[in-house]
Amino acid sequence: MKKSIIWRLGLIAASIIVALVYLLPATSTYNSMPQWWKNVMPSRGIVLGLDLQGGLHLVFEVEWDKAVEVTIERLGRNVRDSIKKKNITADVKVSGTEIRVSGASDAKAVEGLVKDQFPSLESSFTTGSDLIFSLRADETKAIKANSVDQAIETIRNRIDQFGVSEPTIHRQGANEIVIQLPGVKDPKRAIELINRVALLEFKMLDETSPLAAELPASVQPGDEEALIKNFSPKLPEGTEILFGRQVDRQTQQVTKRVYLVKKESLLTGDLLTDARVSIDTRFNEPYVSIEFNDEGSRLFEDVTGANVKKRMAIVLDKNIHSAPEIREKIAGGKAQISGGFTMEEAKDLAIVLKAGALQAPVKMIQNVTVGPTLGRDSIEAGKLAGIAAMVLVSLFMAFYYKLSGVIADFALVLNILLLLGALAWLGATLTMPGIAGVILAIGMAVDSNVLMFERMREELLVGKTPRAAVDSGYDKAFLTIVDSHVTTLITAAVLFQYGTGPIKGFAVTLFLGVSINLFTALVGTKVVFDLLNSRKEVRALSI
Amino acid sequence: MITLIKNTRIDFLGKRYFAFAVSGVLTLIGLLAVIHVFTGKANLGIDFAGGTAVQLKFERTVTVHDVRVAVEAGGIREPDIQDFPSVNKVLIRVKGKEEKLGDTSSRIVAALGKGIPGNKFVVDSTTEIGPKVGSRLRNDAFWAVLLATLFILVYIAWRFQFRFGVGATVATFHDVMAVLGIFYLLDKEINLILLSALLTIAGYSLTDTIVVFDRIREEMKRQKKSSLIEIMNLSINEVLSRTIITSWTVLLSSICLFFFGGEVLHDFSLAMILGVIVGTFSSIFVASPIVLALEKKPAAA
Repeated sequence: MKKSIIWRLGLIAASIIVALVYLLPATSTYNSMPQWWKNVMPSRGIVLGLDLQGGLHLVFEVEWDKAVEVTIERLGRNVRDSIKKKNITADVKVSGTEIRVSGASDAKAVEGLVKDQFPSLESSFTTGSDLIFSLRADETKAIKANSVDQAIETIRNRIDQFGVSEPTIHRQGANEIVIQLPGVKDPKRAIELINRVALLEFKMLDETSPLAAELPASVQPGDEEALIKNFSPKLPEGTEILFGRQVDRQTQQVTKRVYLVKKESLLTGDLLTDARVSIDTRFNEPYVSIEFNDEGSRLFEDVTGANVKKRMAIVLDKNIHSAPEIREKIAGGKAQISGGFTMEEAKDLAIVLKAGALQAPVKMIQNVTVGPTLGRDSIEAGKLAGIAAMVLVSLFMAFYYKLSGVIADFALVLNILLLLGALAWLGATLTMPGIAGVILAIGMAVDSNVLMFERMREELLVGKTPRAAVDSGYDKAFLTIVDSHVTTLITAAVLFQYGTGPIKGFAVTLFLGVSINLFTALVGTKVVFDLLNSRKEVRALSI
Repeated sequence: MITLIKNTRIDFLGKRYFAFAVSGVLTLIGLLAVIHVFTGKANLGIDFAGGTAVQLKFERTVTVHDVRVAVEAGGIREPDIQDFPSVNKVLIRVKGKEEKLGDTSSRIVAALGKGIPGNKFVVDSTTEIGPKVGSRLRNDAFWAVLLATLFILVYIAWRFQFRFGVGATVATFHDVMAVLGIFYLLDKEINLILLSALLTIAGYSLTDTIVVFDRIREEMKRQKKSSLIEIMNLSINEVLSRTIITSWTVLLSSICLFFFGGEVLHDFSLAMILGVIVGTFSSIFVASPIVLALEKKPAAA
């Protein structure tokens, strides 16, 4: 046997072994392998896409303009306080992304004060006597970028505590977050967990202003907007109307309780160290107990001490969970949030409180949820179609090209085996369109052999010996085969660049399938022919 | 030796005007489809248009009519319902540019639970695409098609003479337009997965064309005295059986995919089947005639 034949056979054998080793974890045989094997050898198998294993693919957009707005509002309040401290009278208003100071008794002093104490602000052009400040551009940019980073971090924490195996969370473009959660059974709950801002605030109720008595005690769900619209002209400065969900224990009817609250939040959720679910033994109802850090404990003590006999609202994302009366000063930094939760709701609330609030709200812009049954059905269908294609194409080749066709079939099996092995080796994700790519590869894999066989037939017809026919058939078909494959590789590459999720999976299998085909056709089949011809001069070629 | 086609001497180029007419019509329909895609009149999939799709698997047989009645009773307007009776599955699509995702799908599920009691179902999949994502996917698709076409043209022009590059590109463009046009006529959805089928067709249909061109190039070197039209006819006849057999094996795979591959890949495999057939046709009847048309006419003729 010629050296080159041994060398090529060895290469093929090695690639088969490597492919099998990588594919083993995808089969049940892997479980019965010895422990040392599992320790040393690859254990991943083929990674299935979300469309095959079931799960959620979500894309959220971080509404980062809101983060800027919140910052501006906070700065506005601070500017107002600082001006007051300096005994300057002025009217400070925040509108959009601007802080407007009008009617200042000492405009120069205000300007100096802002320049010294608020480096993130710059004064824009002024109209008349009004001073207008806005955030510096680089500051705005930083806030925006930070809001996305913070959202990713927070959402990651929430999902980790929710308990999803192997979630992937990453940024896409400037302000989008892609979240993939394989195998989640309750998609709605997972989405809600991610979606909520979870801003916890403690605010005082306004019980003294006459409007408090005028407001109805509760409204039907859905009528909230109308009520706010009705009463907003009468709203005292620095107050707002908020609602609390209320469920009648007997009739299970839901109503919205109306509260008049002071806008200023005295304490927020970022001062928490812990949030846990506990059970109220009286009603057998779950509630969430929270614990503040040192600063929070001190603040909580001060606030409760200063407002004894008054009611404090516990507000989560603008919804009032409860508004208990403060009986005495509360030291120790512990509080409870109750509000007719189910166990699941309480658990989720504890998760979001512990993970912290989002600096900017997020909006879901894409949701692809696949149930586990569809994935299973798809895999089964893919297997069936693959086996059918394999059998039909193999039979045809054996029928049409006789022994040579059988050799091509060997290359076909090699091609698919190596393709699957390569997917496992690269850790590429197999998706449903990816399966389509594999099945198309079955049909395309024999193309190269068809081109060669037809060339060989031509050579035989002009009277060449089988060995000469094989050699010149390969030589002459070689460039044609490469040329005709490159165009498919180009489209696969473009699809990979521009495709999303499942389409990318298709591009990967198509690209690998075609590349491996070049190897199996140009090395695999050729070596078998050489082997057949190496023993003795073959008189006839079965083709 | 079994041979499908033996020593044919068909005058393919002589039939080029008839072929041009057929291809012209198919391409025009495809172009019409493209115009309608851009003006939003075509049946765009929700991945391009934005909207909600819910696929459900029922316990027992269910009719499209019952599903429509139930869904519409739930206040969903203009649902597009497609059923897969062999597996008791139903796909409900609602296009729309709703800003807040999640409402439509839960309303559909609730409406069906209420409207079709006694026939339990599981939600196979839910897809919700916001308008922003839809327009971005549309944009990406546009670039993908443009770049793929450009790269292929450059490659062919590099490997062959420029006019061969033009011939191959026109043939490929024709294949893609023809399949798109047929899908448009069948009122099938134009979506991302169809787009990937179209690009695959673009890449694959070139295989046959290149085989033919390769032979033409070879014969041009060998037979300096023959006219281009003679060489083309000879070459196409010589490689006819391999052109057909290579397509046939891919066609076999696509047919298997169509019948056994499940509902997710149904339209994809249909596009592939059409594409392979059209691609074979164009590599014989479109690509070479275009090259011939670009040939400088000899002065004496």
